[in-house]
Amino acid sequence: MSKPQNAPGDVRSKGLVDYLNDENVRAVLYQIIAIGLIVLAGWYLVSNTLYNLEQQNISTGYGFLDLEASFEISETMIDYSAKSSYASALMVGLLNTVKVSLLGIILCTIIGTIFGVARLSSNWIVRKLATVYVETFRNIPVLLQLFFWYALIPSAFPHPRDALEPLPGVLLTSRGMYMPVPEPDNAYTFMAIAAAIACVIIYFVKKWAKKRQDATGKPFPMLLAGLGIFVGLVFLAYLAGGAPTEMSMPALKGFNIRGGYNISPEFMAVLIGLTVYTSTYVAEVVRSGIQAVPNGQWEAADSLGIKRSVALRKVILPQSMRVAIPPLTNQYLNLTKNSSLAVAVGYPDLVSVSNTTMNQTGQAIEAISIFMSIYLGLSLLTSLFMNWFNKKMALVER
Amino acid sequence: MKIQTILAAGAMTVAAVAAQNAQAGAVLDGIKAKGFVQCGVNTGLPGFSAANAEGKWEGIDVDVCRATAAALLGDANAVQYTPLTAAQRFTALQSGEIDILSRNTTATTTRDAKLGLTFVGINYYDGQGFLIPKALGVSSATELDGATVCVEPGTTTELNLADYFRAKGMSFEPVVIENINEATAAFFSGRCDVYTTDASGLASIRTQMAENPADYVILPEIISKEPLGPVVAQGDEQWSDVVRWAFTAMIEAEEYGVTMENVDDMKANSTNPGIQRLLGVTPGMGEALGLDEAWAYNIVKQVGNYGESYEKNVTAKLGLERGLNALWTDGGLQYAWPIR
Repeated sequence: MSKPQNAPGDVRSKGLVDYLNDENVRAVLYQIIAIGLIVLAGWYLVSNTLYNLEQQNISTGYGFLDLEASFEISETMIDYSAKSSYASALMVGLLNTVKVSLLGIILCTIIGTIFGVARLSSNWIVRKLATVYVETFRNIPVLLQLFFWYALIPSAFPHPRDALEPLPGVLLTSRGMYMPVPEPDNAYTFMAIAAAIACVIIYFVKKWAKKRQDATGKPFPMLLAGLGIFVGLVFLAYLAGGAPTEMSMPALKGFNIRGGYNISPEFMAVLIGLTVYTSTYVAEVVRSGIQAVPNGQWEAADSLGIKRSVALRKVILPQSMRVAIPPLTNQYLNLTKNSSLAVAVGYPDLVSVSNTTMNQTGQAIEAISIFMSIYLGLSLLTSLFMNWFNKKMALVER
Repeated sequence: MKIQTILAAGAMTVAAVAAQNAQAGAVLDGIKAKGFVQCGVNTGLPGFSAANAEGKWEGIDVDVCRATAAALLGDANAVQYTPLTAAQRFTALQSGEIDILSRNTTATTTRDAKLGLTFVGINYYDGQGFLIPKALGVSSATELDGATVCVEPGTTTELNLADYFRAKGMSFEPVVIENINEATAAFFSGRCDVYTTDASGLASIRTQMAENPADYVILPEIISKEPLGPVVAQGDEQWSDVVRWAFTAMIEAEEYGVTMENVDDMKANSTNPGIQRLLGVTPGMGEALGLDEAWAYNIVKQVGNYGESYEKNVTAKLGLERGLNALWTDGGLQYAWPIR
């Protein structure tokens, strides 16, 4: 606390006015008032909404989540039927959103990196092609791109009755792409466990290899060794599981092709649209990241006699990553959020399922609050992960 | 002193905003103040509500809004339209964005009781059917096991579809697209084997949107009851009365044989006490509803009676007979509550 502002010798007792003129008191007071106003505004909005809903006889609350959904969803990663609850319908939507977002993030990173590097190519044609790609797809609204792909895919391929078969077992139709998948078997569970064990072993081998290199300077062929451990273990598990060979082949039966794995036109349209659109931004991020590393770094590595491939991996990329990761995070977040446009082409994502739920139950505020908090959660998770990754990649100052 | 002033001003603002809560009679007063009815319609379903070549909305659902405007404001054209998808419609009504929803909407318990809505009448008795390309050679809905079905989300259709296939022990794959134009485009491109909605909607899609209507057939099964009608939000009973009786007046006018053409003659010369009451020659009905005594006269004069509206929109455009929507005296279900 500060000293009293009154001059020494002033016998007047401290009044209210003196308190209000005290800077410290004021600072606290202003904050209390600000918080109070925010709470008041929030309380007013909530109570007013509840009052109005009650006036209009609109029911409120999240009780509807346990009720039977009674509508079907075309693409589900978990067991779902019309008999399931609204809560599991929303779960199906959430998983579909996560599926398309994750795949989109991986693909747009790969494609974006290729085009970003291509934009810096010394080859004129490659450079110009990459520029045309980036400038075209970056400047068309993503919703229109989704409509474009969705209009294209069903009309470009034939009806299931005259499906195209470019590879044995792979069928292209107006209902999407079908491919053979192995019939469920215990062996595949073993293989998954083996893969997890392999990852743990690789982690420890890598630690040991780094220690040895630090001590003796001898490099260890980590990539080859890692690949060997992984493939070897998984293959062993496959053999141990009895080496099943039975496949579920897609074939025309009745109206549709049954069996195999189906990639629907809706999913394809959303995935292609989001990937192409976001990859143009990733390309720009990658290009700027590489250009941000001064040429002197290459020259310094050269003069130390470091191989060019090693210099790229150990000198240039770590520095360009530091520039690229924060804007890349933004693009990943954008892709996840843009995936909500999937509702326009009928892909059953979170928004689509929530919309249907909202309509069948009339609980608009509840349904919207659910999917808004889920998107917020997804975005924060992505951010957290990317921040962690950024910290890991940042150059450690010694 | 300053702080006290700010606090007082803040308190007054809160009080003033709080006073804007929903009040009985608010919708009706709002319409009178702005001078037009805000009407939620389908984004494009010929015969029910669709914009014609000049951009004017027409259809049997549009006529309900026009009749309401004629009764309340004396001018059937004092209507503004908000095209809505099935998924948007109830929120638009609950939030007060529209005054009346006249968009081929099925009356159900949940909607009436849990969504805070009031169904004021049934202007089209319908049932759900299936539209399918002739080339598939299907003659009955019981042969649809394994089919891919295009359907609009947030509709009773979507629920009936799941119910029907479940009851028959059949499976299907839904393709759920919100916008009706996108959904029909998906159907015509072969994305789905079947399109399902109300039979009238199927007729509309087949005759108005298919390149060659003869290539498509509506299966004989009708799998549900779909009473379609105009809806208003709960909370303004006076307003729901106006809509209810404006629509009833259209049916009553048909029962009495009062048409757009003979309404002036009827008003001047008819000695039938029922017609005199309807057209305001004998006053009382308008006053009871808080309307001008010429309310029903305005409806018939400017919009026509129910039969005329049906003939002009549904029969002429979709080729559908009256069927269930004939007057009760002709074996149908349309039956006006007496205006007296």
